Amino acid sequence: MSALPGPAAAATVVSFRRRVEAALADPTLKTAIERTTGNAERKRAQAVAAFPAFEAARERGRRIKDHVIAHLEHYLLEFERNAIASGAQVHWAASADEAARIVVELCRQARARRVTRVKSMLGEEIGLPHALDAAGLERVETDLAEHIVQLAGDRPSHIVWPSMHRTREQVSALFRRAHRAPHREETIEAMVDSARRELRDKFLGADVAISGANFLIADSGATCTVTNEGNAELCTSPPRVHIVTAGIEKLVPSLPHAFALLRLLVRSATGAELTQYTTFHRGPRRPGDRDGPQEFHIVLVDNGRTRMLADDPLRTMLRCIRCGACMNHCVVYRQLGGHAYGGTYPGPMGAVLTPVLDGLAHSRDLAHACTLNGKCEEVCPVQIPLPTLLRGWRERSWRDGLEPVTLRLGLGLHTFVAARPRLYRLGLALALPLMRGFARGGWIRRMPGLGAWTAHRDFPAPERRSFMARYAAGEGRRAPADEARR
Amino acid sequence: MATAAHAEAVAPPAPRVALFVTCLADAMRPSVGFAALRLLEEAGCTVEVPLQQTCCGQPAFNSGDTRDAAVLARRFVELFEPYDYVVAPSGSCIGMTRVHYVEALAADPPWAERARRLGQRSFELMSFLVDVMHYRPRGRALAASATYHDSCAGLRELGIHAQPRALLDAVAGLRLEPLEGEDVCCGFGGTFCVKYPAISNAVVAEKAAAVERSGAQLLLGGDLGCLMNMAGKLHRAGSPVRVYHAAEVLAGMAEAPAIGEAR
Repeated sequence: MSALPGPAAAATVVSFRRRVEAALADPTLKTAIERTTGNAERKRAQAVAAFPAFEAARERGRRIKDHVIAHLEHYLLEFERNAIASGAQVHWAASADEAARIVVELCRQARARRVTRVKSMLGEEIGLPHALDAAGLERVETDLAEHIVQLAGDRPSHIVWPSMHRTREQVSALFRRAHRAPHREETIEAMVDSARRELRDKFLGADVAISGANFLIADSGATCTVTNEGNAELCTSPPRVHIVTAGIEKLVPSLPHAFALLRLLVRSATGAELTQYTTFHRGPRRPGDRDGPQEFHIVLVDNGRTRMLADDPLRTMLRCIRCGACMNHCVVYRQLGGHAYGGTYPGPMGAVLTPVLDGLAHSRDLAHACTLNGKCEEVCPVQIPLPTLLRGWRERSWRDGLEPVTLRLGLGLHTFVAARPRLYRLGLALALPLMRGFARGGWIRRMPGLGAWTAHRDFPAPERRSFMARYAAGEGRRAPADEARR
Repeated sequence: MATAAHAEAVAPPAPRVALFVTCLADAMRPSVGFAALRLLEEAGCTVEVPLQQTCCGQPAFNSGDTRDAAVLARRFVELFEPYDYVVAPSGSCIGMTRVHYVEALAADPPWAERARRLGQRSFELMSFLVDVMHYRPRGRALAASATYHDSCAGLRELGIHAQPRALLDAVAGLRLEPLEGEDVCCGFGGTFCVKYPAISNAVVAEKAAAVERSGAQLLLGGDLGCLMNMAGKLHRAGSPVRVYHAAEVLAGMAEAPAIGEAR
């Protein structure tokens, strides 16, 4: 496992619980989460309802991704060939560190001082913001939400809306503190104008632009990026050098496949039919072009992806198109937001990916902090069996001995007893009256061993005797002859 | 995803049905087991309750302990194989035996195949009554308003949604009120609710508030774990909403104390 720079690598069992406590104790965070995810949930539902072929599109999306995953090497080489033919320079990075090193080195070669970034979760995954800062470069985040994250000095909490953990009231206060000529009126338009004034000249004075890619198109060597703010165009045209960083799972065979997936991506993410901007980049500026970079670099990042490829069923996670629908519909994410997950990617998809990126020992809680209710799989536009994958990590964690001793002993004892019906009945016959001893008026408010339940809820007291005890004694039988037949 | 309706087989005239009471109903609420027994017999089944039954192994499976889950899965398959059908008053347990046993026994193909075959004959109670036995309760009445929580395993692993409503529709005087976010998890999640009690509480608090807003007098559902979770939260919050397993209402046993009421 590669060590990630930044706080992700420090995630531990104890700190997950602390982060959970902190998140649950923050009512403003809850307001922010509910506004964004609630809105996303409603809009997605409308978009899916207005697109009768959605299920068929979903099935097609899954097949496209599975095809590419099955023939990844073929498409990677085809993409590389075509990208080079278009004048691009292609770099391969096995790990996060290597990817970040390549990007920083390219910036140095370009003698860059100012670097503009277009939001990219892959960039976060490889620790690029940190690496650029550490290299002494002036880093300008041009996505509005990433700009907010940068000003506040925190980390993205959602893969589509990185600053969704902040309410607009908090953002307003932040802009007033940090912007040179902040907004006067408390409107969203005025706040956006404030950010525009702050950022516009930085776009034009940048030496290098770094963006991600939503799709890598194998048969043309082009990359595709979607935004709603137009910052990808503005960002990548003026600088001398444009660097694209992308995970190798972003490949599609050709343009129609990218569009097939775009229809799913945008509806699942925001409920719109299309993003405001869908940008394609292919190679550097050609002779006669009015603008565009002199150098165009593509950094293809593995960082655990080929390990996932070798693991069935974990390889289905390579289908992910980063829409965020799983987290928008997750009861746990909607209570905690993204930071509690402690990795680059939050929510159900993050709980599956973080053990790959940061190691299971640092993140075993994530797969367990899930009710396995299946809603994420239901809304996933490429049918990733997220609950199955999360259960897979639980199994791995059990096999690797990462589960607490108390749980192992408890479950072992449970199985031992459950495989011996007479012992099981005896245990119940003793336990039920004991439990009733703690009940007042039908409810148990407190009982040793039941604290995790009764801290927040009352526990309904059991009856004196179990069903089986009463049934064995003849209750509920239609005819005594039934017993003889068993 | 296999839905209950797909396996709507040609049921023999009086199928021999084994009732899997589930460990939770067995220990915590026997009336759910007796209600299931009554409903299955009314529907024309010959019901037997194998006395060796204990737990389906879901807690072990969902904790990642596949080996122990496989031990209990083999036990279950062996015990219930001789019957025409296995029926349980829980979507969660049947989700385990019908969908996940094959996964738990994947390393053991002959047993996985036995589990797969038994899975096709395993049904959640209400879906079995409607889809296989074409049963509707007769002469049942309850003057009350109720709202229904679709438990996630039944809803998403087994496709159970219409069946409980069709059955409850046949209870005279019972009005079903819509529940906001009816397909949203209640935060129970088996061992999740005690492993991460604070998160579970935040989720169930929202669910309890939605139940209150429905204005219904009763909360009904098909899975005892979720019902105990919601009932416990409603009671702690001082809500007057009373909670029953739907089978109890359908079997005319809702005059008995609701979940958590003294008996």
